[in-house]
Amino acid sequence: MEFFYDFHIHSCLSACADNDMTPKNLANMAKLAGLDIIALTDHNSCLNCPATQKAAEEAGLGFVPGMELCTQEEVHLICLFPDLERALSFSEHVGGLLPEIENKPDIFGDQIIMGENDNFLGNHKKLLNSACQIDLEDAVKKVEGLKGFCYPAHIDRPSYSLLSNLGDIDPSMGFSAFEVTAKADLNALYASHPHLKKLRLMRGSDAHTLADISDAFHTINLKNNSLKDVLDYLNKKTF
Amino acid sequence: MTVDDLAKGLNLTFLCGKELAQREVTGCYCGDLLSFVMSRAKSGDAWLTVMGHLNSIGVAALTDAACIVLTENAPLDPQALERAMQNDIIVLRTDRPTYETAVALSDLFKED
Repeated sequence: MEFFYDFHIHSCLSACADNDMTPKNLANMAKLAGLDIIALTDHNSCLNCPATQKAAEEAGLGFVPGMELCTQEEVHLICLFPDLERALSFSEHVGGLLPEIENKPDIFGDQIIMGENDNFLGNHKKLLNSACQIDLEDAVKKVEGLKGFCYPAHIDRPSYSLLSNLGDIDPSMGFSAFEVTAKADLNALYASHPHLKKLRLMRGSDAHTLADISDAFHTINLKNNSLKDVLDYLNKKTF
Repeated sequence: MTVDDLAKGLNLTFLCGKELAQREVTGCYCGDLLSFVMSRAKSGDAWLTVMGHLNSIGVAALTDAACIVLTENAPLDPQALERAMQNDIIVLRTDRPTYETAVALSDLFKED
């Protein structure tokens, strides 16, 4: 069955996202938009995944705990995990790889941690919008070690993307998928980087505001709208 | 040397912050990886980069850079422009590459 998805959504934990991107708001907006399954991918943290999983369940949506990791090459990777436990374990690991820079909310924005029912739990002190001291190769290994799946985010963007920062997706990097934004010129992308044709194309809204959450445009083919099926789908080598 | 002197000397275009151009420039940092710039640029530096992302404005504020100079005609994201205006960050632009701009800036410092 085809399920409408958006695997690139930020919550109010991401400094650059709106404060009204609370777990309940974003889950309900995703439901209204007609989506079936979403992932939460805040910058370098999964701390809002537990509350968002609950909110997604209540809204009748499938949920994938995720993160948008910023590697030391300043390449953004969408990392998806098979369960909350492993997402949070990765989140803790990544927290230790971030530089000791305190967030300045007036410059970067708030980093709000929320509990169930949009309960305010606190502001994350360390700046999450930094690069982690982990290189691309190790990041992929670490995510795969946790039975997760990762792929480069918004490769058509001029900043924080694998193509802009490293020039190309080398097959040795081991990626079998990549993400583009809604504005991507796919023909131009495939013409300049033919290797991409062999990889799975993923779409993500990279929503930082409620209005940015994807409408029901892009689907993935799953048996059930479940986390396990998503990872099985992504891990399939032939498609 | 002020940002205004720098802009005139290197023929830079103001994208925002022209009214703040009396700010003193005391040094220069060149770099595009924000994590490097964040921990290395110094207060008063003119920061030469091609990175016109929203986070560049945060990095300039955090390091107290005198201004951002976008080289190679690099674009400034609309969101970044808005944030720069809110945070009183001066952003300028040139079509010259970073190296040439840095060399010309160094010559200006020598004359100063």
